[in-house]
Amino acid sequence: MFKFFRRPASDPGAETSAGVSQAATSDAVPTASITGSLGKTRGGLFGAVRNLFRTAGTLDAAFWDELEERLIAADVGAHVTADLITELRARDARRAFASGEDAETALRELLEAILARAGDTGLYLPEEGVGVVLVIGVNGTGKTTTVAKLTRYLQLGGRAPFLIAGDTFRAAAIDQLKVWGDRTGATVFAQSPGSDTAAVVFDGIGAAISRGADTIIIDTAGRLHTKTNLMAELEKVRRVIGRRQAGAPHETLLVLDAVTGQNGLIQAKTFMGSVGVTGLVLTKLDSSAKGGVVFAIAEELRLPIKLVGTGERIDDLQPFDPSEFVRALFS
Amino acid sequence: MFESLTDRLQGIFGELRNHGRLSEADVDVALKEVRLALLEADVHFRVARDFVKRVRDRAVGVEVSQSLTPAQQVLRIVNEELVETLGGTAGRLDWTGPVPAPILMVGLNGQGKTTSSAKLAVRLRKMGQRPFMIACDTFRPAAIQQLVTLGKQVGCDVYEEGTEASPVEIARRGLEWGRDRGHTIAIVDTAGRQQVDERLMDELVELRQAINPTEILLVASAMTGQEAVNVAQAFHARLGLTGLVLTQIDGDARGGAALSIRAVTGIPVKFLGVGEKIEALAEFHPDRVASRILGMGDMLTLIEQTQEAFDHDEATRLQKKLLKGQFTFDDFLGQMQSVRKMGSLQSILEMIPGLNQLTKRPEIQAALNEKQFRRVEAIIQSMTTQERALPQVIDGSRRRRIAAGSGTKVQDVNQLLNQFREMQGMMKQMSKGTMPKHLARLMRQS
Repeated sequence: MFKFFRRPASDPGAETSAGVSQAATSDAVPTASITGSLGKTRGGLFGAVRNLFRTAGTLDAAFWDELEERLIAADVGAHVTADLITELRARDARRAFASGEDAETALRELLEAILARAGDTGLYLPEEGVGVVLVIGVNGTGKTTTVAKLTRYLQLGGRAPFLIAGDTFRAAAIDQLKVWGDRTGATVFAQSPGSDTAAVVFDGIGAAISRGADTIIIDTAGRLHTKTNLMAELEKVRRVIGRRQAGAPHETLLVLDAVTGQNGLIQAKTFMGSVGVTGLVLTKLDSSAKGGVVFAIAEELRLPIKLVGTGERIDDLQPFDPSEFVRALFS
Repeated sequence: MFESLTDRLQGIFGELRNHGRLSEADVDVALKEVRLALLEADVHFRVARDFVKRVRDRAVGVEVSQSLTPAQQVLRIVNEELVETLGGTAGRLDWTGPVPAPILMVGLNGQGKTTSSAKLAVRLRKMGQRPFMIACDTFRPAAIQQLVTLGKQVGCDVYEEGTEASPVEIARRGLEWGRDRGHTIAIVDTAGRQQVDERLMDELVELRQAINPTEILLVASAMTGQEAVNVAQAFHARLGLTGLVLTQIDGDARGGAALSIRAVTGIPVKFLGVGEKIEALAEFHPDRVASRILGMGDMLTLIEQTQEAFDHDEATRLQKKLLKGQFTFDDFLGQMQSVRKMGSLQSILEMIPGLNQLTKRPEIQAALNEKQFRRVEAIIQSMTTQERALPQVIDGSRRRRIAAGSGTKVQDVNQLLNQFREMQGMMKQMSKGTMPKHLARLMRQS
């Protein structure tokens, strides 16, 4: 039903089929490259992993212990790390790695495979009719900022996003979105603080359709996944969207802060269970945080990362590409 | 997803009851699990390593006492060591010196600085202070409006100059403004930083030099991963932090970051951010955070909430009735309403060690359904006073009347009556000093 949403690639004729990574189109976004923004990550603990490979003389127990600790330091999580180490050691036992570099290549492949298994990283919005993107997450991960960046991102792709200020709870969240609306030139639909989000969304979609918008992005209040009443509210919002616009939301993006540790997995799991997440947006990747929990999420939930926030400027949003991501970590 | 550490240790030590002392091998096996639990809780790997080493030194050779199982023994040492590391000096705020005493709130983006500022203001006012807030986050759009709105909500003055002036200028003028109005404490909200952003870090250092705060509080989320240590170290190195406000502790993150930050920087945890409500800033109790980190629930909070929700005399009276088997439907209804005052049943169960995993199971989720409770309430409210006191009088025709009155089916009424009878039987059994089998099993597990 949905066509793959095409970005204004330098080569517009290029056919990008579903399932293929977006590395080819990412250079169309006029910002620093993902490799550049990951420089800090690379210099950090994954950098340490890389150095470890370079210096390892023999792959002894101490080597593996240290490798384990460094993966854990990158928030990859105790379980995924243990699996990775077990696999690498098994391979080493079958046929010894000739060098640290060989082990590095193997680890890179394993990490890439985890991310690739998680699924398609493309954004899917219908080419006909209005596409709806619902943005959700716990408090403070950068939902509103992501909505703004996504607006710019989609504008560059030739779309005209219409924003709905669904965060009626946090003080001044509506003002924050309006500021971004002014900066991006996108229309912001808002009602008074404290109003029912589902009602705002219902009216907002109506307003967007009557204005002939092609894309709606809905900001929501941050909520801890443990608050059952707030999760029920979100489920209601999702139902209302579906009722107002058949087939919507086309994308439900969970915004995850790269600083988040192992709780990120529980967050993703809970949001997925209640409203059906289609992809992750990993934010604040420009900090020194590693965001390694995405490996645990990919492994356990098969939930793809679709976009990464790589800076504080409005155009610091990149499509996520698993192989490039891992390559950047080790290059 | 996380099996409780207690369960796992219990499993490991299951066959160890006969040993006289904890051997090195025993302890090492147990500590592997402890280390894993710490890492799952996002404790920094180096902190976890040192911690496990300390526990090992204490645990090896310890005699297995009669009263505690080896698992409990190791766990006790782990817990003591955790509480010791987390605790230490009490988390008091300092506001000596010239008034208004500035408290600087710093931290990464999205950790809850602005919200914590307002919560702190409310708390300080309760302590007899006259706090106000200064809006120095000139970076994030609408951050100032957020603080102003929160200020209005809690009835606390906010000094702001928009986003044009520099934070240093705003803070200087803000302090004078507050002094003129007789405020005693200035809570200075700053822009969220990415630790790597040197320019913004420099600005904070400048701000500190300009206003000379008595407290510099790092606001960090309990969800923070391994990065917590680097963040805290970076802020500490440049600013000299005096304390930590650990936020989002009302989620299910286990908050290992608190241990990491404490262990590496030595700064104490001063407050916990525990909810969406503006009053929700709690005193820090090391033992509670310790049991959370170990995935053992938060019994103390539960007990406190229970005490708040239940009248003590009422509870004693009920207990007597229960034991005599005179518990009526009216008492039952009262209990149920008290329990619901404490929050959703799910959140209550999650605080009980060993039960928090249970609540994730679909059948339990269904049983915790609020609708179910409303139905039971309706059924009881459709009974006459006599029926509530003496359920045995409820015959077939009364059942049909009750079902019709409460909008339920006769089967629902029957089910409730059966459950009630069962409960009464159980209570009688307990009053004779024997514990019903399935309850005993449940208690052992937790």
